[in-house]
Amino acid sequence: MSVPITSQLIDLMAALLLLIAFAMVSQRRILRLIHLFAFQGLVLSVNTFIVAIAIHRPELYGSALLTLGLKVIVLPWLLHRLIDRLNVRWDVETLLNIPTTMLVGILLVILSFNLALPISQLAGTITRGTLGIAMASVLLSFLMMITRRKAVPQVIGFLAMENGLFFAATSATYGMPMIVELGIALDVLVGVFIFGIFFFQIRETFDSLDIHHLEKLKDRG
Amino acid sequence: MNPGFVASQLFQTLLAVSLAPLMLGWVNQCRAWLQNKSGPGWLQPYRVLLKLFRKDPVLAHNASWLFRLTPYVVFGCMVLAVSIVPVLATDLPFSPGADVIALVGLFALARVFMALAGMDVGTAFGSMGSRREMLIASLAEPALLMVFFTPALISQSTALNTIVEVLAHRELTLYPSLAFAAVAFVMLLLAENARIPVDNPTTHLELTMIHEAMILEYSARHLALMEWAHALKLMTYTAIGIALFMPWGIAQAGRWEMMPVAIAALVLKLGAAGGGLALLEMLSAKMRIFRVPEFLGMAFLLAVLGMLTHFLLDMRAV
Repeated sequence: MSVPITSQLIDLMAALLLLIAFAMVSQRRILRLIHLFAFQGLVLSVNTFIVAIAIHRPELYGSALLTLGLKVIVLPWLLHRLIDRLNVRWDVETLLNIPTTMLVGILLVILSFNLALPISQLAGTITRGTLGIAMASVLLSFLMMITRRKAVPQVIGFLAMENGLFFAATSATYGMPMIVELGIALDVLVGVFIFGIFFFQIRETFDSLDIHHLEKLKDRG
Repeated sequence: MNPGFVASQLFQTLLAVSLAPLMLGWVNQCRAWLQNKSGPGWLQPYRVLLKLFRKDPVLAHNASWLFRLTPYVVFGCMVLAVSIVPVLATDLPFSPGADVIALVGLFALARVFMALAGMDVGTAFGSMGSRREMLIASLAEPALLMVFFTPALISQSTALNTIVEVLAHRELTLYPSLAFAAVAFVMLLLAENARIPVDNPTTHLELTMIHEAMILEYSARHLALMEWAHALKLMTYTAIGIALFMPWGIAQAGRWEMMPVAIAALVLKLGAAGGGLALLEMLSAKMRIFRVPEFLGMAFLLAVLGMLTHFLLDMRAV
């Protein structure tokens, strides 16, 4: 009893996504984070493409192309420009206990695998096994947003979370309707623009991108 | 026990023991080529061993029996370890006697003796090297066990020859969990064999040494045995990696006619692994020692992830 090759490839892509999620959690350099984010988008796009071939859904080709264009080319390009303008290209975050974060990450993976198991047993899609990984990558991106102090990695964490959600949608229900997907794509794009403007505002006010400055409230009337 | 069995075991062990320095020489030669140097040639480790065996050993005045015993213990452990690993064929009389967990134990035994010998003479560098080695080993060992558990789960056995039988003779299936385990294993191979991101095997600066610092006090035949054991360890790890993650071409039990194919496949795979190792070493810089726990933590994480993805993804493939 052999499993079809497309299904195996989907599993492999899912495993790669999990690996990338962990790499992002542990990565200190902003530049490499952006590379990893672009790579995550690429894996996501390839995965959608394989699913489209496996179940013969033409609309998923469009979705794969959209992912490729937006998450592999446009968003990383925008982020590159942004870190160039902000002059934080070589920034390194030091205040991060990576082994502890990793252990928390493993716990998150176990949690999401457990949560996903009953759901994927009910589902009949060929991608059902990957739902746990999708949830894990959402939670890991969330973890990354919590543990980072600088603004740019947090935004990359947010974008990675959107990638995880997209993957969850693909694995649970073969993707969202096209119109929803287009809407989300536009939202993400606009979101990055707004964040970009926001970064400049933060830096102008505090001379730094460390968001802990935002926690201090001033009661100047 | 039939004689064919014993002959297969003997042949394989002797082959591995005699090829181990060649493997080390090949890695060093590849590295020299990649650095645009001409290199000392593949056979250099043999020449070094020959030279060392001819010399008279010099011992420190306060060296105890432990110090003199250690090279033999370490060498014996490594020979035993390489006899357990199926290199050419899977019918090994030794293999049922010791599974992967015992294999990890053998490595630990050798390491404990080496660390004690490093501290025995009482020089600062020796004990520093021992302490560093133990730091690395304490983190690498659990990760190594975790790496072994993933193939053990797939093949439902911890005996190496059964694992290899199952993995080599199934229909082609992609196991994402094995990919995780393989990456973790490569990281551990680098750490355990004192290769570059963790330790620099060619360093001459005692302060940065880990493995070399432990054996600084050894000379002549003791040093030769230590060096040979070190080469054997690299060979054993490579053989384990080949057996677990690319076992194609290994001869099935009791099929002598498959032996030439198995030898050719082994030589090819060892050559490729050595080249890959040299390339990996070229591309990375040595880490600060306090970054090593992070590196090994990453390896542990990958190994655990391999097990977890096995439960999630591979179960329906079985």
